[in-house]
Amino acid sequence: MENNYLIDSEFLSKEALEKKHRLENDPSVRTDHMKYMEGMEIINSDICDKVMSEMNSYDYTKYTARDVQKALEHDKCTIEDFKALLSPAAEPFLEKMAEKARLETSKHFGNTVYIFTPLYIANYCENYCVYCGFNCYNHIRRMKLSMEQIEKEMKVIAESGMEEILILTGESRAQSNVEYIGEACKLARKYFRLVGLEIYPVNTDEYRYLHECGADYVTVFQETYDTVKYETLHLMGHKRVWPYRFDAQERALMGGMRGVAFSALLGLSDFRKDALASALHVYFLQRKYPHAEMSLSCPRLRPIINNEKIDPLDVHEKQLCQVLCAYRIFLPFVGITVSSRESASFRNGIVKICATKVSAGVSTGIGDHESKYEGKESDSVGDEQFEIEDSRSLKSMYDDISGEGLQPVLNDYLYV
Amino acid sequence: MDDKLIIAGHEFDSRFILGSGKYSLKLIEAAVKDAGAQIITLAVRRANTQEKENILDYIPKGVTLLPNTSGARTAEEAVRIARLARELGCGNFVKIEIMKDTKYLLPDNYETIKATEILANEGFVVMPYMYPDLNVARSLKDAGAATIMPLGAPIGSNSGLATKSFIQILIDEIDLPIIVDAGIGKPSQACEAMEMGAAAIMANTALATAGDLPMMASAFKDAIIAGRKAYLAGLGRVLTRGASASDPLTGFLRD
Repeated sequence: MENNYLIDSEFLSKEALEKKHRLENDPSVRTDHMKYMEGMEIINSDICDKVMSEMNSYDYTKYTARDVQKALEHDKCTIEDFKALLSPAAEPFLEKMAEKARLETSKHFGNTVYIFTPLYIANYCENYCVYCGFNCYNHIRRMKLSMEQIEKEMKVIAESGMEEILILTGESRAQSNVEYIGEACKLARKYFRLVGLEIYPVNTDEYRYLHECGADYVTVFQETYDTVKYETLHLMGHKRVWPYRFDAQERALMGGMRGVAFSALLGLSDFRKDALASALHVYFLQRKYPHAEMSLSCPRLRPIINNEKIDPLDVHEKQLCQVLCAYRIFLPFVGITVSSRESASFRNGIVKICATKVSAGVSTGIGDHESKYEGKESDSVGDEQFEIEDSRSLKSMYDDISGEGLQPVLNDYLYV
Repeated sequence: MDDKLIIAGHEFDSRFILGSGKYSLKLIEAAVKDAGAQIITLAVRRANTQEKENILDYIPKGVTLLPNTSGARTAEEAVRIARLARELGCGNFVKIEIMKDTKYLLPDNYETIKATEILANEGFVVMPYMYPDLNVARSLKDAGAATIMPLGAPIGSNSGLATKSFIQILIDEIDLPIIVDAGIGKPSQACEAMEMGAAAIMANTALATAGDLPMMASAFKDAIIAGRKAYLAGLGRVLTRGASASDPLTGFLRD
């Protein structure tokens, strides 16, 4: 079973279409995805080897119900136990896993759930990632907010009561350079208590600069840890370089960021292996940087503009829940974020088990918060990266979380 | 019985302190009403919020706030958080928490001593959270700490007094109130620590995650009172090996 990602836009020139088709059909014209491009810093870390050797040797079919039961009985979840919990043999134990996960969550986080919102400031992108709505061949309305527009958006969001913001861009250094993002961070510090970034991976000195501008949390999604599959999905651009992306979190920590977030996009490749690698990426990096805060997300593929048919294949809600429970049992201290890609009912349920952070008042479009929050129409907005499933506002999310007997938290953070 | 907990000259009747971390209005109400808490810890990083859920609004009058420096990774950061707490009107008490480890949240004793010295000199009532080490406890006392707060077990582990022998040494050797913090999962463990001679107990998770919050809060209150009484009464000998003869073995000796 495979998604059909490839869509030709009628607006592309003949030359552009030809190039696009060559990239899609002839691997020999594509660059080496394991080779660093010019300007990309190499940090010689041992984390990648550790993660990849575990992932490559992971055969989830060999685990049995007995392994799963043993894993659930252990006080400390070993890597081997975690592998059992991710295996198909664990599926019948989902309720038991959820019970254990809930216990771990309550021990480490009590009944608190953090709320944040993403703010997309530009959707220009230089990459051709076949599953993404922002990819450079997708015909969408492109936009990059000016500082005035960014501030206006931030005001609207801050007025809703939100205190934590995640600034996102498409991955284009040319359109959204590091200085542009840095200025946006400085603005964000005026309105928010915590500023996170989800942008293209950069070098250590650039992370340090962004940290000085006010960003303190960096999210980079690896998309898939399967390098062969990665090569077939990221056909062009800087994002094509897999190892540079892998080391992004470590560079961010070296640059002084307080925390980092990780994820695979479930549905792109073998989700059990990707889930294993994501968690081990956190596990090994945490051992090397014990002071750093770490969190995991678990997005599934979503339909995008011009391609409604993309779906997460074999990662149904049950599998997603299994992955999240396994994450919690293996890494009881990490934050787990569940985004608006998932439905309100899934998110209401999962915050009671293991998720500790949810987004609210989400738009993945550019410059449309005023229209979405206050109903004021605007004709100059940029298109969205993917379709969201849960469009609850901060207020309704806050009320729903409280209604579930949990404690919504808008800020747990202090810049010192 | 006039048995007060005295911290830097401030007197308290209750020996239960509500820890920070997992907050709700219900928890604070239960801690004050049912557990009798007179001191409530407050994570400055969470109190420093704009609207909606400002924890400061939840704190009843007459309760002493104990702002903590959670989130600090160095002495310098802890000092800045403490100063901010004072500016926010949280008073002079401060609980120092410095962690460089996000997995176990174990305190960094070395940085804690440094922060204690600076803040004590600035007039704070400093209550440092620490890993129970006698030499460190002495240094903290010399640095001006008002109490010593050794951990019973890793935060959130609810595993009781994993460091019991070392806490006992602090109780025996340090002339400051020893307040057991972190790891107390059940009233029986709180009682055990009080029997040992701890001056007070700090807990949060054990209450926050209880099925019936007010009832658990009152169970803690009773357990702490019972443990304290036992300590004051003087526990009888606990015989681990054989029985003790009621007539002395050497009673036959005449001169």
